[in-house]
Amino acid sequence: MAIKIQTKNLNFFYGEHQALFDNDLTVEENAITAVIGPSGCGKSTHLRVYNRIFELYREQRAEGEVLLDGQNILSDDVDVLELRRRIGMIFQKPTPFPMSVFENVAYPLRLHYKLSRSELADRVRQALIGASLWDEVKDKLKASGLALSGGQQQRLCIARAIAVEPEVLLMDEPTSAIDPVATLKIEELMVTLKKQFTIVIVTHNMQQAARISDVTAFFYKGKIIETGPTKQIFTNPRNRKTEEYITGRFG
Amino acid sequence: MKSHFIQAIRNLKDMLANLAAKVEHTVHLAVEAVINHQVDIAEQIINQDNEIDREEIAIEEECLKILALYQPVAGDLRQVITILKINNEIERVADMAVNIAERVPDLAQFAENQVDKFDFSIMVAKACDMLKKSLDSLAYHDVVTAAEVIRLDDAVDDIHRDNYDVAREQILRHPAQAGYYLDCLTVSHCLERIADIATNIAEDIIYLESGNIVRHSREGNNHAR
Amino acid sequence: MKKKTIFFRKSADRLVRFASGLAVAVAVAVMFWIIFTVFRHGSAALKLSFFLNPSKPYGIPDGGIANALIGTVFITFGAAVIATPPALLGGICLSEYKEFRRLNATLRFAANVMMGMPSVIVGLYVYTSVVVPTGNFSGFAGSIALAIIMFPVIMRTTEDMLGMVPYSLRESALALGLTRTRTTIQIVCRSARKGLLTGILLALSRVSGETAPLLFTALFADRWPWGYFTQPTANLPVLITEYSTNSPFAEMHQAGWGAALVVTVLVLAINVATRIIFREKKHGH
Repeated sequence: MAIKIQTKNLNFFYGEHQALFDNDLTVEENAITAVIGPSGCGKSTHLRVYNRIFELYREQRAEGEVLLDGQNILSDDVDVLELRRRIGMIFQKPTPFPMSVFENVAYPLRLHYKLSRSELADRVRQALIGASLWDEVKDKLKASGLALSGGQQQRLCIARAIAVEPEVLLMDEPTSAIDPVATLKIEELMVTLKKQFTIVIVTHNMQQAARISDVTAFFYKGKIIETGPTKQIFTNPRNRKTEEYITGRFG
Repeated sequence: MKSHFIQAIRNLKDMLANLAAKVEHTVHLAVEAVINHQVDIAEQIINQDNEIDREEIAIEEECLKILALYQPVAGDLRQVITILKINNEIERVADMAVNIAERVPDLAQFAENQVDKFDFSIMVAKACDMLKKSLDSLAYHDVVTAAEVIRLDDAVDDIHRDNYDVAREQILRHPAQAGYYLDCLTVSHCLERIADIATNIAEDIIYLESGNIVRHSREGNNHAR
Repeated sequence: MKKKTIFFRKSADRLVRFASGLAVAVAVAVMFWIIFTVFRHGSAALKLSFFLNPSKPYGIPDGGIANALIGTVFITFGAAVIATPPALLGGICLSEYKEFRRLNATLRFAANVMMGMPSVIVGLYVYTSVVVPTGNFSGFAGSIALAIIMFPVIMRTTEDMLGMVPYSLRESALALGLTRTRTTIQIVCRSARKGLLTGILLALSRVSGETAPLLFTALFADRWPWGYFTQPTANLPVLITEYSTNSPFAEMHQAGWGAALVVTVLVLAINVATRIIFREKKHGH
């Protein structure tokens, strides 16, 4: 399988405190890579390097290389706005903008592309269909995004992210704030989306990682302990720490 | 939650160990009954088979329950699956013991006549040894012993082949005693099956343990070789 | 195992509940007493002519508060126009651009000083820096004085309201490739808009009754307040002061109470309006 993102020797610092140590990770194209590990082990930190969202905070810095299609995204001459269009992010708490459902998807779309009104409407519709949300909101496109249920809001965020035609979707515990039935819907959506996008998901829920991912990476105290095909990690992990974590002996 | 799971696994292993002991004992009784023509003991064995079946079902249900409720993964999953398989295999050993016991009345009848008796002692010793070793390797997670059991299977297969030749010869020489020799062949076949099942159990143990942590399996594999 | 008696805990609970209820009762009672007193004294003055006629000098009949009402509207609205833009920007800076540490520290210090200044000093300051050089009292100078009082309040509430916007909203905007400026204005401010509006309205309601600054700046006039920029401008707080304390005539006292009632009702109305706006915001979630 083709490699979409290759991380080499990534070290990450919160001020003086080091959070990630020599991370090497390969993210395959059109596959779902799950990142698992106990709380505070650096999973979200690692994910947030991929779209350089950590740069919002002055004291955080990353050293090393993260290659997207062979190009290092951490270098200074990268257009960060374009990078963030290519790599989208979904957060744990659904974050619809304080606008209508339609505007939520249209607003970022308008910023990146020059589109006529009909093209825009079409793109918005495609995105909502792609996020399995169209049927539920097609009659209330003008309603506030905040009026939707939790699961719908999260799918709206997904629609918003895929509307700008990214290549990678980063998901930071996307279903942990959502009820189980809506969670399953979103998981099904993710498996469909991986045909078009590369997905990296950080999750606390090991059953979820087992259910939907193709590759699993186990993080512990800022280091990547083991990566491998999900089937192998969950039936026969090579490392003792991995085995202990997934059988619930700690964490 | 985790301690409940660990306790459940422990219970399951105890149940299996009990059943294994019972079945081993039954096999011993059956072969003794054959050698000593003890018809009453043979009948006892046949009657007690229901009990063994019930216990096998209980263990299987317990395995299903654990799989459904705890969704174990990795080592825990392999453990439960292996117990499920070995449970089934032990019940087949018990069935073989019953088959042997069923031959005892006929054999006892023929023993009154003058016939060249079959000597099962070596085969019995080997098969029972293999069964014991395989159950020990289950109890002690011992891949070395398990590997040994697999090696011992060939010897038992050879004996069974020899028994077949002998039986054929004897039937041609004494056609009137054909019934006796056919029964003996059945017993030999059952003993050979018991040895095969012991081999299966040993292979299950090796799968269970070899899917284990890197350092551990390296040592285990070296010993197995 | 011996059980502890529950008596002490129950009594303590009852005592605290009683004390809390008593405190609430006192506060509410005082508020009602004030409103009631103002109402009692002022309602007699409320006639249509009261609202339509301008004020007249002592002794002349058919006076009203129309000019003072309009003057107050001009002055407070002017103060809002002067104070709100810099205060909003300051609040945004404090909340969204925390990396400008020295600037933010300065802003905060200045705001604290301004909030602690007695309003009479503010009036005096504007007198010496605006009224004296220009040579006349004016409603505009009054607006400046009120703006100085409003500025730190609006800045503080802006900072607080923006701070209540969850970080994940900012991050998800940035993650879509929005620039920081767009994120701040189009997403964060928009998300907090009801809170920001509430802050401005509350600051308005606070200054609409301020008297001391206006004594030095807008003063008072019996004319209509069209000379807002260059002449003393009629306004309600000073009218209340003049009529109630500087006049021996009973009708003037009456008018003063009437004006006081109007101011009270206005302040009440603004506060209730902000409650309604804010509750709608919570509903939206």
